[in-house]
Amino acid sequence: MECVFGLVGDGFVVIASDTSAVHSILVHKSNEDKVMILDSHKLLGVSGEAGDRAQFTEYIQKNVHLYQFRNGIPLTTAAAANFTRGELATALRKNPYFVNILLAGYDKDIGPSLYYVDYIATLHKVDKGAFGYGSYFALSMMDRHYHSGMSLSDAVDLVDKCIAEIRTRLVVAPPNFVIKVVDKDGAREFAWRESISSA
Amino acid sequence: MKLDTSGLESFAPHRGDLDDISCDLSAPPSFDLPGCDDFDGFQKKAIQMVKPAKGTTTLAFIFKEASQTVKKVIEINPYMLGTMAGGAADCQFWHRNLGIKCRLHELANKRRISVTGASKLLANILYSYRGMGLSVGTMIAGWDETGPGLYYVDSEGGRLKGKRFSVGSGSPYAYGVLDSGYQYEMSIEEAAELARRAIYHATFRDGASGGVASVYYVGPDGWKKLSGDDVGELHYKYYPVVAPPAEQEMAEAAA
Repeated sequence: MECVFGLVGDGFVVIASDTSAVHSILVHKSNEDKVMILDSHKLLGVSGEAGDRAQFTEYIQKNVHLYQFRNGIPLTTAAAANFTRGELATALRKNPYFVNILLAGYDKDIGPSLYYVDYIATLHKVDKGAFGYGSYFALSMMDRHYHSGMSLSDAVDLVDKCIAEIRTRLVVAPPNFVIKVVDKDGAREFAWRESISSA
Repeated sequence: MKLDTSGLESFAPHRGDLDDISCDLSAPPSFDLPGCDDFDGFQKKAIQMVKPAKGTTTLAFIFKEASQTVKKVIEINPYMLGTMAGGAADCQFWHRNLGIKCRLHELANKRRISVTGASKLLANILYSYRGMGLSVGTMIAGWDETGPGLYYVDSEGGRLKGKRFSVGSGSPYAYGVLDSGYQYEMSIEEAAELARRAIYHATFRDGASGGVASVYYVGPDGWKKLSGDDVGELHYKYYPVVAPPAEQEMAEAAA
């Protein structure tokens, strides 16, 4: 059930997420992409209620695009993260969105960065972060094996380690994962880790 | 046959229509019974006909030829179907509402709405009423300019695009049959049979599902209803009654 995690490497950020759409005991879909490509150099990995996830991320994406259309320059990753937090904080005392977000981005002058935003609108700039049941495994895994300035292959190896640990230790482990990367060349899908064919 | 109800009435005897010449005013109040031999059977059938449905199994899938939908199907327009699970009234109302919106889109834009668009219209409405007690689990299946489309939409605001879904109380049973028998390369007949079988097995195991398994097919030229079978009859078709072998046979005693 619900695993989203990510880490910052040398000149890139990688985000991995499970791809299951679950309703009570049923897996309705096992190839649901929960990592949105927010704009050319931003990724949004989201866990939370299905309806909120789609509505909120799309709302953020459209507003980030709107900013770029109006001003001719994109929001920085920090700005997008603060905007996202602000929207969550405003909604929190009205009709809250139950979404936890990892926002990854690459800015020319700043480099790669990763932001942790949870459903109660906490914002943290982090090197590594995780949400969901998988986070108990992924966090300790990343604490142990992470070091600054990891290469892409090192980082993906670590992501695979986390996925392997989740698959062996988590009762409700999701079968499939997607890995996305953002670096100076933009945000893109990196690979899928599938243990069952997608329904 | 007439049933005498005079014993139930205290006063004011019921009178037939004034122009009903055969109505004898002095006769005790009565009404006609259906002209059939088996009255209990008739009554049972009549109740069955208007009985509100409780449990549900619905499924839909996309295959080579098109997409297939089963049971409790609402016809949104000639190219789009919605399935109904959860609150029947909510499903029916919001599908009608969606039908209206789709038609208005068609009139405004001179082209039919895409399945993606239609499902999103519904999902956005349901999302706006989230937490207010709506109960809808539906699949929107149809054919648009991009080919076949299938979406799962529910009252929690969820909306999923996919190749096959099953919704309702009997859906886990239906998935079991559907997943094991599904291939993309299927003929219409094979697909219809798979859908029917999946629904039949779901109604067999799910106490709340039952009734008729209707199979629809949506192709480039719109939807077509392929069949509507009583699942009770399907049972005897799939599993004919075989006389159990006698455990012992009475043999003629030797004289």
